[in-house]
Amino acid sequence: MLEQNISSLVQKLRNKEITSLELTQSYLDKISELNPSLNSYITVCSESALAAAKEADIAIAAGTAGPLAGIPIAHKDLFCTNGIKTTCASKMLSNFVPPYESTVTAKLEQAGAIMLGKTNMDEFAMGSSNENSHFGLVKNPWNTDLVPGGSSGGSAVAVAAGMAVATTGTDTGGSIRQPASFCGITGLKPTYGRVSRFGMIAYASSLDQAGPMARSAEDCAHLMNAIAGFDPQDSTSAEVETQDYLTNLDQPLTGLTIGLPKEYFGEGLEQGVADAIRQAVSEFEKLGAKIKDISLPNLKLSIPAYYVIAPSEASSNLSRFDGVRYGHRCDEPKDLIDMYTRSRAEGFSKEVQKRIMVGTYALSEGYYDAYYLKAQRIRRLIKQDFVNALNEVDVIMGPVAPTTAFAIGSKTDDPVAMYLEDIYTLSVNLAGIPAMSIPAGFSNKMPVGLQIMGDYFTEAKLLNIAHQFQQHTDWHLQTPNMDKGA
Amino acid sequence: MSWEIVIGLEIHAQLSTKSKLFSGAAVGFGAEANTQTTLVDLGMPGALPVFNKEALRMAVMFGHAVNAEIGMTSVFARKNYFYPDLPKGYQTSQMDDPIVGIGHLDVTLEDGTTKRVGITRAHLEEDAGKSLHEDFHGMSGIDLNRSSTPLLEIVSEPDIRSAKEAVAYVKMIHSIVTYLGICDGNMAEGSMRCDVNISLRPKGQEEFGTRTEIKNVNSFRFIEKAIHTEVERQADILEDGGKITQETRLYDPEKDETRSMRSKEDANDYRYFPCPDLLPVVLTQEYVDQIKETLPELPTQKAARFISDYSLSEYDAGVLSSSRPMADYFETVTQTANDAKLSANWVMGELSKLLNQNQIEIANSPVDAKNLGQLLARIKDNTINGKTAKDILLDMWNGEGSADEIIDKKGLKQVTDTAAIETMINDIIAANSAQVEQFRAAEPDKQKKMMGFFMGQIMKASQGKANPGIVTPILMKLLKG
Repeated sequence: MLEQNISSLVQKLRNKEITSLELTQSYLDKISELNPSLNSYITVCSESALAAAKEADIAIAAGTAGPLAGIPIAHKDLFCTNGIKTTCASKMLSNFVPPYESTVTAKLEQAGAIMLGKTNMDEFAMGSSNENSHFGLVKNPWNTDLVPGGSSGGSAVAVAAGMAVATTGTDTGGSIRQPASFCGITGLKPTYGRVSRFGMIAYASSLDQAGPMARSAEDCAHLMNAIAGFDPQDSTSAEVETQDYLTNLDQPLTGLTIGLPKEYFGEGLEQGVADAIRQAVSEFEKLGAKIKDISLPNLKLSIPAYYVIAPSEASSNLSRFDGVRYGHRCDEPKDLIDMYTRSRAEGFSKEVQKRIMVGTYALSEGYYDAYYLKAQRIRRLIKQDFVNALNEVDVIMGPVAPTTAFAIGSKTDDPVAMYLEDIYTLSVNLAGIPAMSIPAGFSNKMPVGLQIMGDYFTEAKLLNIAHQFQQHTDWHLQTPNMDKGA
Repeated sequence: MSWEIVIGLEIHAQLSTKSKLFSGAAVGFGAEANTQTTLVDLGMPGALPVFNKEALRMAVMFGHAVNAEIGMTSVFARKNYFYPDLPKGYQTSQMDDPIVGIGHLDVTLEDGTTKRVGITRAHLEEDAGKSLHEDFHGMSGIDLNRSSTPLLEIVSEPDIRSAKEAVAYVKMIHSIVTYLGICDGNMAEGSMRCDVNISLRPKGQEEFGTRTEIKNVNSFRFIEKAIHTEVERQADILEDGGKITQETRLYDPEKDETRSMRSKEDANDYRYFPCPDLLPVVLTQEYVDQIKETLPELPTQKAARFISDYSLSEYDAGVLSSSRPMADYFETVTQTANDAKLSANWVMGELSKLLNQNQIEIANSPVDAKNLGQLLARIKDNTINGKTAKDILLDMWNGEGSADEIIDKKGLKQVTDTAAIETMINDIIAANSAQVEQFRAAEPDKQKKMMGFFMGQIMKASQGKANPGIVTPILMKLLKG
């Protein structure tokens, strides 16, 4: 039952072959079995999930069910959920219960999806390994000595290990794509502004974007149908019409031009990853696509630009966590300054503090021009690189990350090595274009993700390309052998 | 040494939008703490601002009113600092690209001359909440009702040279924003607040001296007093060979002194940067032009019209156009009474006296403009004289009815029957023969003075109802014999 895709589950629910209650219970059982070792959930909502499942069964029987009625999913724990703890994996918010619902979770609930719980993540979405969580690190189900990637590591693991049909994630510099790649699942970071950020606890507002994580492109399309669209509550959400992301999935790829940027195949790329990507690209050739070598010359600059812009915004976004109105407040503050400094020093981990300090520094008087403004100029160059490239080709492909999942603890003392993990993903966020990660083979017995990057608001095209690949390959159907890991 | 005073002003005008600058919460004064708030005003995680287009319209109106460049692309920026009543840890404001750019204002001074004051910029920003320190037993309370209330911060050039000029400028801004209907101008409730930047320099010196900023002065009178006090303080220091410290000061009206709040060294580095939650505000020329067409008549235009249409003096026109309620009131009175000079005198005289005594705004006057106009019409048609009219106005003020009702009720209709007046005068002449003889013996210019005695007697006898215009020639004729 747990290996089904959304389309067939929806069918079986409508045909009454299964009930949502049974389906939901089976996922809850799986969570009980695996979560103690994998730690992909921070909060499991058994009671409310079962109650919602019963209602979904009634709605299905009555013929009033939404398109995702009865499908059990989970949300990254930075989407605010009304009455349900939303922690951002931080001590700061470890007891925070929002009195409101994020647009993404509200839309999925409206579509009928059942929320199983809230998934683990790097604190405030800052990290690439999910080792930085107040609620403990998350383990990769393919090999529990390895990280699942981050920051949406919990969401990736929940899907990979069969603890949810699909999950939501957010991607600020690769946080959907990289864990999807490390865990062998499919993830989509939509165009900036395609999905509302309302109720999503911000890391870096101009880069953050929510998206689906699932077993297949088709499943991602199901979620996109629910969550995409303009939201008057988010001024940066785009007033661009959405489309039915399921209808174009079967378009043939004949005549598709794929660009391969040489910068994505240079130094630092693991051989096994490179081989898997080349193999995948030749699969697309078989499907009728043409390959073209291209260049994204400013790729290298994306790391310094990102690590100025994202921390700058974060330093301001995280100012509201001051111990005054909600969140962690230190004991017995001597005065106001003591309350601020101790509450924040105690509530935020070192990684979060580091990024706040970097951002504060970059925005300071006398440094602003040299750091923030220069980073914004680089950002424009990077965007222009993509615009130029996408005038020549339909989509761009390359690896999601230079390596497969790495060992837990192996990079925690080397922040630069950790930041280099994001070399292939950051530039997409800086440009604001959509990109996917799809399973494309294995290296060192660990999944390799192929990245597909497209022009603004071409999510339907990316899903179509990914779906066609998945119709002709079975990488996305591979699942970890949990007997060994768990 | 002779010092020149250099003043620049920052005025925060609270825009009278229905809802807040970045949320749908209601704006209002005096509501129960934290009842006028949404997730956005509370700075909840994941809450996002949505810009209130009404505030934009108002800011553009103001820009037109001060002959300013309108920022066709304006950008909201975050001003970062920690304070308990600043829920997000930053204030959303505008820095590099304000909605209103360079403009100017021609300010009419008391002596009738005009002074041009440059406007550096005006930008939109949100207000913070309030910290409450009473009734919390050693702790502080936070009220976020004011959080995200829209403000227009109007920054002047350092063109102002005296306290009087400063007050005239602030009054002018006050009348413009209230004329435009974009701010209620209520300084006591903080709808308009003023930061005054003051420095001194030796007369003739071009370079500015070191300035201090006096924060949050909230009345015209305090602005004037605060400037005098601060100028004196700075002059004392400079004359003793001392140096002015650049700092922010507070004015204490009770002690009439300014005192240091924080020095430049303690100043925050606000780390301004463009707010990534809000898109740049891009305007079309069409939108900007449309708003220009909706601009109402402004105080200076109104004053000019009062002079040309009603032949008022420049001074009267200036006073009567100083606020929109005053100007509207005056125009209604004039239209009813059909005598502009008489109306101007009464509105600025008797009515203003009553309003001031009772500290009532003209808009809330118990005697409305139409009723005052009818009272004046009765002077014009000789039903009553001016003195009686003053008494009637008091009755009207106290709610005893309209002018005509009071005239009827109290029988105050003026005596205009010449025969009756002649009889009355003859009686008085007969009863005051000594004074009549004195009068007849006096020089003509002395006689004029003595007329007052007889007029007084006649008014007494007629209970004020005799028409002086009719009495005077008859009295003169009969007195002379």
